[in-house]
Amino acid sequence: MRSFNRREMLDLVMIDGRCRGIIVRNLVTGELERYAAHAVVLATGGYGRTFFLSTNAMGCNGSAAIQAFKKGAYLSNLAFTQIHPTCIPVHGEDQSKLTLMSESLRNDGRIWVPKKKEDAEAIRAGKKKPTDIPDEDRDFYLERRYPAFGNLCPRDIASRAAKERCDAGFGVGTGNAVYLDFKYAIQRLGADVVRDRYGNLFDMYQMISDDNPYETPMMIFPASHYTMGGIWVDYELQTSIKGLFAIGECNFSDHGANRLGASALMQGLADGYFVLPYTMQNYLSDQIKVPHFTTDTPEFDAAEKAVRDRIEKLMNIKGTKSPDQIHKRLGHVMWDLVGMGRTLQSLVKAIDEVEEVRKEFYTDLRIVGDANDLNTELEKALRLEDFLVMAKMMAIDALHRNESCGAHFREEYQTADGEAARDDENYMYVSCWKYTGDTEKPILLKEPLKYEAIKVQTRNYKS
Amino acid sequence: METTISVNLKIWRQRGPKEKGQFVNYHLDNVSTGSSFLEMLDMLNQQLVEKGEEPVVFDNDCREGICGMCSLYINGHPHGPVQGITTCQLHMRKFNDGDTITIEPWRSAAFPVIRDLTVDRNAFDKIQQAGGYVSFNCGGAPDANATPISKEVADVAMDSATCIGCGACVAACKNGSAMLFVSAKVSQFALLPQGQVERARRARAMVRRMDELGFGNCTNTGACAAECPKNVPLSNIARLNREFEKAKLAD
Repeated sequence: MRSFNRREMLDLVMIDGRCRGIIVRNLVTGELERYAAHAVVLATGGYGRTFFLSTNAMGCNGSAAIQAFKKGAYLSNLAFTQIHPTCIPVHGEDQSKLTLMSESLRNDGRIWVPKKKEDAEAIRAGKKKPTDIPDEDRDFYLERRYPAFGNLCPRDIASRAAKERCDAGFGVGTGNAVYLDFKYAIQRLGADVVRDRYGNLFDMYQMISDDNPYETPMMIFPASHYTMGGIWVDYELQTSIKGLFAIGECNFSDHGANRLGASALMQGLADGYFVLPYTMQNYLSDQIKVPHFTTDTPEFDAAEKAVRDRIEKLMNIKGTKSPDQIHKRLGHVMWDLVGMGRTLQSLVKAIDEVEEVRKEFYTDLRIVGDANDLNTELEKALRLEDFLVMAKMMAIDALHRNESCGAHFREEYQTADGEAARDDENYMYVSCWKYTGDTEKPILLKEPLKYEAIKVQTRNYKS
Repeated sequence: METTISVNLKIWRQRGPKEKGQFVNYHLDNVSTGSSFLEMLDMLNQQLVEKGEEPVVFDNDCREGICGMCSLYINGHPHGPVQGITTCQLHMRKFNDGDTITIEPWRSAAFPVIRDLTVDRNAFDKIQQAGGYVSFNCGGAPDANATPISKEVADVAMDSATCIGCGACVAACKNGSAMLFVSAKVSQFALLPQGQVERARRARAMVRRMDELGFGNCTNTGACAAECPKNVPLSNIARLNREFEKAKLAD
């Protein structure tokens, strides 16, 4: 096997209705390169950085998924983004990414905010410390709301509950943070046991926040972590384009509306080790007489020219804003309007605002440097152009799904005590969106969900 | 609450592997002490871009100390002056207002500069491809406790497996030796039952590849382990030497 480092896929090459190759940009030289094959597998990860701030690595992007979408692959379930409850809160406008504190901390840590608003205000103003708040004035809101599961309730529930308390004015830190307290675990188990279990995480926390979690509670807040949606695939992991496969986070399968802990690793192993090596053979079985492809065909010429034109178009905008500046603006729109709680109004507004950001991108983008050279600004701009398409699709999918389900919480669809209200009669399906043009409305196709082995139920963490 | 500082930066800039590089001085105000070191560089790059200048190119990805991409030589130390962390985990509160910070790329014959602070570390991939893996068919899940491994052994293997392949050991070494990296990769498998089948072959192949790629020799100075962001211990090098000698005897 040969690996080609520092290259980014910018287009798929279709020959006679099948995917037969890719065009990549060599990130060191800026040259466009062509690769031909009988089949193409995308293992390109998630698009969580549509929110700009996320726990994803800086290079994570949705570009391959968007290129596939534009060539005819369906995008599915984009309403479902996992917002992870235990991230270190945002420190300011210069923040570039968020660090995830392991979920395991919720095994022994207790999550709380002050019971009294004046205490929360005093803490935010720096006049009180969390250790000044006596136990009886602490609101262990997860234990209060979900007595059966307490601090171990699922991610979407824990994230929404933190947002609810912060929105109500009980947040600490900048106002967007809650406490994760190990005081009780240290009393119960001793500091040594706690250090043995979580020492590396405590060190990491102290490095970033400058607080010692053995002495004062950690502060945490939810952040974009994993995208359950992605490229639609069948049971053979083939997309709706023949010869194009998608595995891992970049496809939509396995996690439904709400990924469970550690199951992304499970999917990586299952897709890559147990499924694809066998299903790929099914696809290739009738291809055995198709000779190797060369890259000097008109299809490759056309695909490379399209990429070249796209790059030239972006280079020629010659505006004033860097890709990061525009990306941050997109991130705010997505977090505020397509985040943990969405409404009809917020999503309609999001689609308009994404359109505004898109306009700014195409009129005011500035890429310094040369396209035919190493150019990190151009890399960011190309990814951002695709994030803009993804952002709109995420809002469209969330807008069409008139129910609350898993990580998708539409505030107008909730029970009397603030829990997600699902509408199985009308929405028990996978949404599949088909591309029809950059400014055209995508077409919705539905793959119904039929459960044979289990009885569909509503989650209950209260009793 | 957060305070801000001003810093002077002396940054190595170099167009490509064959071109001559030089230090360029920059001044940066209003750096939040809560920002990470790489966020400080993001700030600098934003200001450069606003002036129409090309940004400083530096490798980074996960920004939480696990991917091994970030690689800066800061004030004479790989990954900066704080022990046991990667550059992306270094925060600006470790610096004082008015400090001058010198930032260089990894300097080693085996890691040619690509641009500015980014170097080509493909040599590590080549060493890994020579033997840094185990090959066996996965099959069904084995029964629990079918292959017992004591906690002591598991801990030592884990301490080796924490190597993220960033190359700080090579950058720290006066000889540009990759011994700590190779010894960590060899050790993590040599210590566990899964690594036994290819044990001798692995040690031979990885050492041979390392020698071919232009890394220097080890003189047991220990700078590698002192600067390693993951605190990979020097005892791995002793283990590698033993593994290599045993492999020779096995021939």
